[in-house]
Amino acid sequence: MKLTQRIVAGAVIALAAGSAHAQVKVGELNSYKTFPAFLEPYKKGWQLALDEINASGGLLGQKVEVISREDGGTPGDAVRVAEELLAREKVNLIMGTFASNVGLAVSNLAAQRKVLFIAAEPLTDKIVWENGNRYTFRVRPSTYMQTAMLIPDAVKLKKQRWAIVYPNYEYGQSATRWFKELMAKAQPGVQFVGEQAPALGKIDAGAVAQALADAKPDAIFSSLFGADLQKFVREGNLRGLFKNTVVFNLLAGEPEYLDPLKEETPDGWYVTGYPWNEINTPAHKKFREAYQKKWKDYPRLGSIVGYSTMQTVANTIRKAKSAETEKMIEALRGMEMDTPIGPIVWRAVDHQSTMGAYVGRLARKGDKGVMVDWKFAPGDQYLPSFEQIKGWRKE
Amino acid sequence: MSSSAIAIQFLNGLASASSLFLVAAGLSLIFGVTRIVNFAHGSLYMLGAYMAYSLVEYFGRTPLGFWGGVMIAGLAAGLIGAVLEIVLLRRLYQAPELLQLLATFALVLVIKDFALWVWGPEDLLGPRAPGFDQAVAIAGRAFPEFDLLLIAIGPVVLGLLWLLLTRTRWGTLVRAATEDREMAGALGVNQAWLFTGVFALGSLLAGIGGAINIPREPATLGMDLSIISDVFVVVVVGGMGSIPGAFLAALLISVIKAFCIGIGEVHAFGIDFSFSKLTLVVEFIVMAIVLVIRPWGLLGRPSAVARGPGTVEDPLRAPPRPLLAFGAAMLAILVLMPLLSDAYTLVLLGDILVFALFSVSLHFIIGPAGMHSFGHAAYFGLGAYGAALALKHLMPMEAALFAGPLAAALGALLFGWFCVRLSGVYLAMLTLAFAQITWSIVFQWDTFTGGSNGLVDVWPAAWLGSKTAYYYLTLALATAGILLLWRMLYAPFGYALRAGRDSPLRADAIGIDVRRTQWAGFVLAGLFAGLAGAVYAFSKGSISPEVVAIPRSVDGLVMVLLGGIQTLTGPVAGAAVFTWLQDTIARNTDFWRATLGMIILVLVLAFPRGVTGMLRRRFMREPA
Repeated sequence: MKLTQRIVAGAVIALAAGSAHAQVKVGELNSYKTFPAFLEPYKKGWQLALDEINASGGLLGQKVEVISREDGGTPGDAVRVAEELLAREKVNLIMGTFASNVGLAVSNLAAQRKVLFIAAEPLTDKIVWENGNRYTFRVRPSTYMQTAMLIPDAVKLKKQRWAIVYPNYEYGQSATRWFKELMAKAQPGVQFVGEQAPALGKIDAGAVAQALADAKPDAIFSSLFGADLQKFVREGNLRGLFKNTVVFNLLAGEPEYLDPLKEETPDGWYVTGYPWNEINTPAHKKFREAYQKKWKDYPRLGSIVGYSTMQTVANTIRKAKSAETEKMIEALRGMEMDTPIGPIVWRAVDHQSTMGAYVGRLARKGDKGVMVDWKFAPGDQYLPSFEQIKGWRKE
Repeated sequence: MSSSAIAIQFLNGLASASSLFLVAAGLSLIFGVTRIVNFAHGSLYMLGAYMAYSLVEYFGRTPLGFWGGVMIAGLAAGLIGAVLEIVLLRRLYQAPELLQLLATFALVLVIKDFALWVWGPEDLLGPRAPGFDQAVAIAGRAFPEFDLLLIAIGPVVLGLLWLLLTRTRWGTLVRAATEDREMAGALGVNQAWLFTGVFALGSLLAGIGGAINIPREPATLGMDLSIISDVFVVVVVGGMGSIPGAFLAALLISVIKAFCIGIGEVHAFGIDFSFSKLTLVVEFIVMAIVLVIRPWGLLGRPSAVARGPGTVEDPLRAPPRPLLAFGAAMLAILVLMPLLSDAYTLVLLGDILVFALFSVSLHFIIGPAGMHSFGHAAYFGLGAYGAALALKHLMPMEAALFAGPLAAALGALLFGWFCVRLSGVYLAMLTLAFAQITWSIVFQWDTFTGGSNGLVDVWPAAWLGSKTAYYYLTLALATAGILLLWRMLYAPFGYALRAGRDSPLRADAIGIDVRRTQWAGFVLAGLFAGLAGAVYAFSKGSISPEVVAIPRSVDGLVMVLLGGIQTLTGPVAGAAVFTWLQDTIARNTDFWRATLGMIILVLVLAFPRGVTGMLRRRFMREPA
């Protein structure tokens, strides 16, 4: 009897405490130790946004608390961490994740536990399309969107023979698939003459550069990033692969991946990215100054994603006037808001934000790589039709 | 491929082989003499690269600055290796076999966080090597000068090592210790310093291997684990302890890889096959083939029998009454747990129970059966994928839960047939090869296994959906599995298994079919690992290839060793401690990997027989 009494008493106290502080608790989880180059700036981004939100009075009249966790970089560990955030910390919603497989696992858990999940970084199209669900929203422009942003320039060049190189996992595979599909549609008769799929992080760059040159392409489409990209660029430069071959490379203009290239930066590549020091819209200027003031460092693309994810949470709860799951979902569907890189809409049809990206070309400036001739590609112009998406989403 | 393309790809292979050989030669030397399976070797390679990057940036990008930086980075890695040997590993040579592996695993964690702390998260691409920063025309193509230099360095280092080992007194001692280290010790060789020297030389080679590669490969935080499996493969394919073997294997694997890339896609008989994608796993396929045909690698010889206190294991005794009472009490607490704790504790306990079953099944073959498996994740993963796929395509969840273990047992039946024909490290590496082949199939077969994303939406049936219900299911299955495995060890089958480990010859003489017994043990261990995998899959609702990957196998080994390989309860304690530590530390500290590594190191040094080994000695008044 004693034990039961104690449990009941404990529950009563817990309930009372819960209602007294109707504080908004946000659960955040990410693979900080697996992808530190992208995720440290991401963390700084959402921390900046959190400071701003709390400085302006918080949400629902209370300060917001973010409980941030390392997710271990695997779906199994991430699901356990998310369970901890939900069961023990009783968070109102969860946000974060980086890799596609982790994002999909947490998204599936969110649907099972009926809790809002704002996926920050995962690029996989499946998280909003084939495996999309009512509880999952995604911030960053997807693999499809970023690939589609490069298509207009690729078509303009009228190159016949394309070789492709991609890291052999979901992101590289879908980038390649979409590129082939969209190119074949936009430029009938285009040929794909060679395909290299090195394992992620293990590219044998000399051999790959040689094999691509042997295919005698007019142009190359690459979705390499990180160490693979650096090795490929170094070997390609040395072996003259890029001399007469134009290259399109997803993500290579993001400071996370561009900056390590330094004096090796290849000239003239078409990339998606983030020219942080040249974007001078008032919204971005304000963000950049605040970021540099707080962190004594310049923002990377991860900072934008982290900042915008946190802002999404704030805007959602303000609009819903509640931190209750169903109300937040209703508020988020179709919600319009501002980000440092322009206004976005949260599409009701697939829960994808219309965040855009910058498309431009790489150039070397001194011993640094920069993006030149860049323009902003608004996300909503690079998405498939509603009918197509409705066919993919099984709702 | 044209003939000039073939020539160039061959040269590419040779260039890649050189730095791989340097690192592998170091590992091979260390293993040959000390018998340590040194996971931290890749970390020294990584440190070599990072240090060389910093030194070259500091000295300036001149020939002297570059080569000076590379040499100093290599020497520094050698020094670090010597210090690690003296401070840490020297205390562990008397410990049970494989325990040093646990210590080197902890070092990997610590060094990784150390590198993150010192050099930050960004990849650091080194400069081109001054004087070797252009390409020369070969067969009408541009080929980097630096790669030509690398091609030359490999054989030069091989020659120097050969001279050192055959023409110096120190080399003679190293060879003697490789052959029979007890005998070398008995003849008055100062083993302690010999081991330190070998460890330092091996680390130096790893450091130079990393340092010299900075013009080709950026220093990143992932390069330690990315190289370690490659060099293990090279060392084993060449034959453990054989330096020329390592050279040959490095050449073979690098050239095969270069040709896979050169061939690219092939369309034949209406089937498209991508040799480029095969690079994911080709070295493990080579290793499996070599080991099946030549059980001691290309140039290796049967390894000498190791002697020493660590290798003699006490016979199993019936558990004493207090231990049984303690076990019953623990079980009672676990049964009552849903009344006492919050929902998350149940989730964490569920994970602990799953891993306890997994590590007990692993212990079943590496302990009593004496077959070291480095690829136990294969069966965990087959169980998980078997269950998930059965649920998706064939049957309800309750049945799928048992289809998973069956799939795992089938896998073990196939792989085990090959594995029981080997012994020692070769057996361990063949299990790893099969695990990696399984992993690559799971990873590649998009339409069936979901590829790198894995399978989502594999939740338990509605009546098992609540956390409490699923906890009870996990508790029941894990307890039943663990008790069954333990019970089998006290059955005639278990005695036969242990007899086969302790004295295969005598076991054979009294009529035990040792291989068949081991094979059966392998399948049983696979079956129960599969059960753990199936329970795991439904507890998470999704699975992806990481359940088959190397880290899962390594975690299993760590749990077994942490708990104590010489006791039956050890793996359970190890699973509980490791899973709980990981969960708690990751939540509360930023540098959680280093913290976890330090705690493991402290545990290893304090309790070289594992946590339960220490308890047993204390409470059962065993002699030290």
